[in-house]
Amino acid sequence: MTTTKKSSLAKDYSLTGQENQRAVAAGLASAEWYHSEVSRKEMKSLMKRSDAPATRDTLLWLALLAATAGGGIMLWGSWLALPIFLAYGVLYGSACDSRWHECGHGTAFKTSWKNDVVYNIASFMVMRNPISWRWSHARHHTDTIIVGRDPEIALMRPTLIAKTTLKFIAIPEIYLDLCTLLKHAMGTIPTQEQDYIPESERHKAIFWARIHISIYFFTILTAAASASILPLLLVGGPRVYGSWHMVMTGLLQHGGLAENVLDHRLNSRTVYINPTSRWIYLNMNYHVEHHMFPMVPYHALPQLHALIKDDLPKPNNSILDAYREVWGSLRQQRTEPDYFVRKKLPESAKPYREDLHASGVNRMQGV
Amino acid sequence: MSWIDVCDAEDVDLEDVIRFDVAERTFAVYRAADGDVFATDGLCTHEQVHLADGLVIDDTIECPKHNGRFNYQTGAALRAPVCDALATYPARLTNGRIEIKVPD
Repeated sequence: MTTTKKSSLAKDYSLTGQENQRAVAAGLASAEWYHSEVSRKEMKSLMKRSDAPATRDTLLWLALLAATAGGGIMLWGSWLALPIFLAYGVLYGSACDSRWHECGHGTAFKTSWKNDVVYNIASFMVMRNPISWRWSHARHHTDTIIVGRDPEIALMRPTLIAKTTLKFIAIPEIYLDLCTLLKHAMGTIPTQEQDYIPESERHKAIFWARIHISIYFFTILTAAASASILPLLLVGGPRVYGSWHMVMTGLLQHGGLAENVLDHRLNSRTVYINPTSRWIYLNMNYHVEHHMFPMVPYHALPQLHALIKDDLPKPNNSILDAYREVWGSLRQQRTEPDYFVRKKLPESAKPYREDLHASGVNRMQGV
Repeated sequence: MSWIDVCDAEDVDLEDVIRFDVAERTFAVYRAADGDVFATDGLCTHEQVHLADGLVIDDTIECPKHNGRFNYQTGAALRAPVCDALATYPARLTNGRIEIKVPD
């Protein structure tokens, strides 16, 4: 692995600022991206849909949620409830994110309505408007980590270490997400979101926000009426005390890697992780593979990885190994916002397609 | 509008799609499960993505980037993030060859 330093740039991550126009002018928006070679026959086989894996994983998820919620309620008042709620929190506050993600892509199940049902449930749990975030995520895949275009850049530069650490308890995300839901519920679509949500879809975002806010309002009323925080620990609260696993895995997706490039090998990370985390995360640790071929279902990502790994940087060996890399980069980015980790490619790989983005980046920097 | 020769029918698997470029335009040419042939614009109406890299499921084509879906026989947009319909073109089999009729 080598590291690269570039000249410092002021960073404006809003979608309504100058960076958006500059990215468009530089050809970085809706651009051509590098893809590893996979034969049509193999890709068709990988993209093939099945209900079986997601049905198994969803039933297991719902059963574990019910068992831990029931156990927590029965043991409420005893210290024994604590580990039960810690498990429930992760199943609710972290596993919901990967279910939201896979069903949002429409790849988890073969049957469309099953994707839609789980997507809407998971959207509520992760406190995301199912309409606005569907469009947000489409943009994330079109313009992955393109500054001024991608609304889902988790680690903005220069790095603020305290702010990054607070993400593990959903601060400030939960506040921002609830504020956005409230705005939607009152009939307002923020200017930032108007950049990627078509007008014809906005009334749906308002409808779903009102449903979400109503459920939260009812939960708060129940907590107040029963003079107990138990309802809040069951609904909404896990987004705070159980989202640490989602953040832990999520920050590894692109953290410390390049911005404004058109080769996912430069801006995404694949990490080998333990089986439990893989199940919670639904194989999104194969993140380069996911971004190159987003229509490959989560259960086929290990096969896709085996097929193209010789064209990709060597994956990190563990979550800890990946965090060592991310941490080093984030520390550097505190003072050098344009610093990023550039991973070495194996000899079998095709060179990085820097030609795809180099001219655009140079133009953005006025070179 | 004129008929243009595309390829042997056998060059396209049943329930599959290929990309066909002509005169600086790009098309997607399909063979349904029953062998009938169809043609649409080659790029998704949501983003500039070639549909021929996507998956054919029954009578739909799925964009390989964002999961937008169209009925490739009618062009109807079926699933967000696609909102606009896809242009379709006449297609036929002539002596085992696929032909499509596109604007001159």
